[in-house]
Parts: sequence; C-alpha cells; structure tokens
Amino acid sequence: MEDSDALAIARAKQGDSDGFRSLVERHSRSVFRLAYRMTGNESDAEDIVQETFLRAYKQLNRYESRSSFSTWLYRIASNCSVDLIRSRKVRQPVEVPETLATNDPEPDRMVFSSQVQKKVAEAMEELSGQERTAFVLRHFEGLSIDEISTALGVGGNAAKHAIFRAVQKLRRALEPVV
Amino acid sequence: MMHPPQEDLVLFYYGERDDVAVHLRECEACRHDYQSLQRTLNAVDSLPVPERPEDYASIIWKRVAPKLPARPRRSFWWAVPKWAMAAALVIGAFLIGRSMQRPVMSPLASQANRTLLVAVGDHLDRSQMVLAEIVNAGDPGKGQLDISYEQKIAEDLVDNNRLYRTSADSAGDRATASLLDDLERVLIEITHTPSSVSGQQFEELKRRIEDQGLMFKVRVFQNRIQEKDKTI
Repeated sequence: MEDSDALAIARAKQGDSDGFRSLVERHSRSVFRLAYRMTGNESDAEDIVQETFLRAYKQLNRYESRSSFSTWLYRIASNCSVDLIRSRKVRQPVEVPETLATNDPEPDRMVFSSQVQKKVAEAMEELSGQERTAFVLRHFEGLSIDEISTALGVGGNAAKHAIFRAVQKLRRALEPVV
Repeated sequence: MMHPPQEDLVLFYYGERDDVAVHLRECEACRHDYQSLQRTLNAVDSLPVPERPEDYASIIWKRVAPKLPARPRRSFWWAVPKWAMAAALVIGAFLIGRSMQRPVMSPLASQANRTLLVAVGDHLDRSQMVLAEIVNAGDPGKGQLDISYEQKIAEDLVDNNRLYRTSADSAGDRATASLLDDLERVLIEITHTPSSVSGQQFEELKRRIEDQGLMFKVRVFQNRIQEKDKTI
C-alpha cells in the first residue's frame, strides 16, 4: 500500500474528512473504470462509484492493511456492481460508446471495429458476476490471482477457474468475428 | 508430445507462468491455438471506457461528501490534559458534595456540576459509539473481524471512565458511579479481547455487551443528563 494511502486512511479513521477526500480523489477514476467494465453502462457505473465510496467510508474501520487499499476498494466496487446487475430484472441494452479511434481513414475497418466492440460487450454480458469480476480484475486491472481471490473473498483456485470460465465463454462468442 | 491445457495458455497470456513458451515454439497446433486466444483477448481491449472530465475526482467528492455519516471526532474534552481534567473534576466533586448539604446550590458549584455533566455526557456518547460499532458489526462468519480501531478508543475511554467514576463517587452520585462501573468492566473487556476476533469470539463479546443492557442504560442516562443540564 502506498504511504499516502496509509496516511489518508489513518486520518479518515480519526474523523478527518480531508483524509477520506484524498482517497476519493486518488481512486475514483479507477473505480469508475472497473464499474463501467462490470456493468457496461455509464450511468450505472457512476452510481456504483458513489456507492463504493459510501460503503468504504462506513467500513473503513474494518479495512486491514494486509491487502492494498485499491484491492479492498475493488472488492467493494465489484460487490456493488454485482448487486446492481442482480437487481436488474430486465437486462439493459448493451451500450457501446463511440470508439475513440475516429482518425481511422478506412470506413470498413471502423464498421468492423464497432461490430467487434458490440460483440465484446454482449459477450461480457453473458458472464456470471464472479466470472466478470475475476476477468475484469485480471484482464483490465492487472491484478494477480492472489489479489483477485482476496478481492472476491474466494480461494485461489476458485478465482483462477472463474477467469478460465470467462475466457472460455469469450472465446466461444468472439472467435468467429476476430 | 504432451500439450499444455487451455488453462496454462491463459496463465501464460497473463504472465502467470512461462514454462509454456518452449512448447509453443515447438508445437504448431498449440501455437495456432494460442494465437487465437491472443486475438480474442486483444479484441476485448477494444471496448473503450467513456472519458471522465478533468475534475472528475472533485465531482465525485461533491456528491459523496454530503452523504457521509458523521464519524466521531476527538472533541474538546479529549484535548484537555488528563491532569487538568482530574483537577477540575476533583474540585467539581468537592463543590458539588458541599452544595448537596445546603438547600441552594452556589453559582460555583452549579458551574462545576455542569462541567462534570457535560464531560460525562460526552464520555458516554463516545462509549456508546464504540459499543454500537461492535454490536452492529457484521458477523465475520468463518473469517476474522478487526476491532483494533474500537479497542484503541476503548483504551482511552477506560482512563477517562476511571476519572469520572471517582469524581461521581466523591460527589455522592451513586447512580452515575454505578453506571460508569458497569461501563468500565465492558470497556476493559474490549481492550483485553484479541484485536482480530473469530465469529465465535465476536458473538461472545456482543452477547456480553447486550446482556448487561449497557447501551440502553447509557441512552437512558444521557437523557437524564440532558434534562438535568437544562435545570442547572
């Protein structure tokens, strides 16, 4: 854990709101990225960012410095995301933001790229909560299997198999188009 | 030739194992399979995340800050050195004790009584928060619950509790002294419990707090203090 996180946590635990503010400032973007990749929806991701920090603040006294603060925060954000996905009775339409590579001169390639993105978003939707969390933490956030098992609150093997299952499903869905 | 399972290819892709590399150099079928895996996982990277504004962190803080529940802050009474607090309380207890022998309370004794009441009220407030934090903490199940933060506060509270109990005793206030005596025992028990408790230890500690009805007594007492404070 970074020293600055440790200091901010100690201050926040003492009731110093500036301490917690610096944690929010340091981690809000990465929590948004995770939440967006978990839900695939911008507005849901925004709600999750807020909920994550509110839960983190309430549970701060239970944070143990054995794992990094960001791993602990990812665990909360993942739980919030899974809660929200479960609470949705009806699936939201897959939202694919406009690709950033707008300077690509080949229209065919752009169309292909946007089709792939849509397929990826749909394939991600098919993953279970645990598979999606494990995959997002490994693939996008670069967490190790140990860190993912801590974040998910499961054993190392369970975390590993959640990633394998996710990759298998993604391969089945995407191999025909890539 | 033994081919690595799919799982090993995934771990190799993520850099979690590197012994597959030699096999991939020699086996065309596995190399082909791995390239297909690479293409799939690289395609996943194509999914963009919407950009956030420059001041995103400030925007989030503005949304979150008003919703944060109040966290106990060290109050004025905690900032007063213990020796000064002890002296004030002993003098206060003496003046209150003297005033109890007379029908009308002197202005000085009234002020001392008020000081003691406010200090005890503040102390009970903090004690109640610690007890509530523990009682309301979720059962850790098969895991462990870290109560080191609550213990640290309880340690400070024990010292102050002794002061207030002695002062209440000297002032002849048996009800306050008795409540503080009960509270002290529970606070000491919290400080003596391991800082990381199992589900069973947590349940035992919680039961002891609840069995004594201490939180209820503290709440009732705080109400009485508030009423009394209005009359002084």
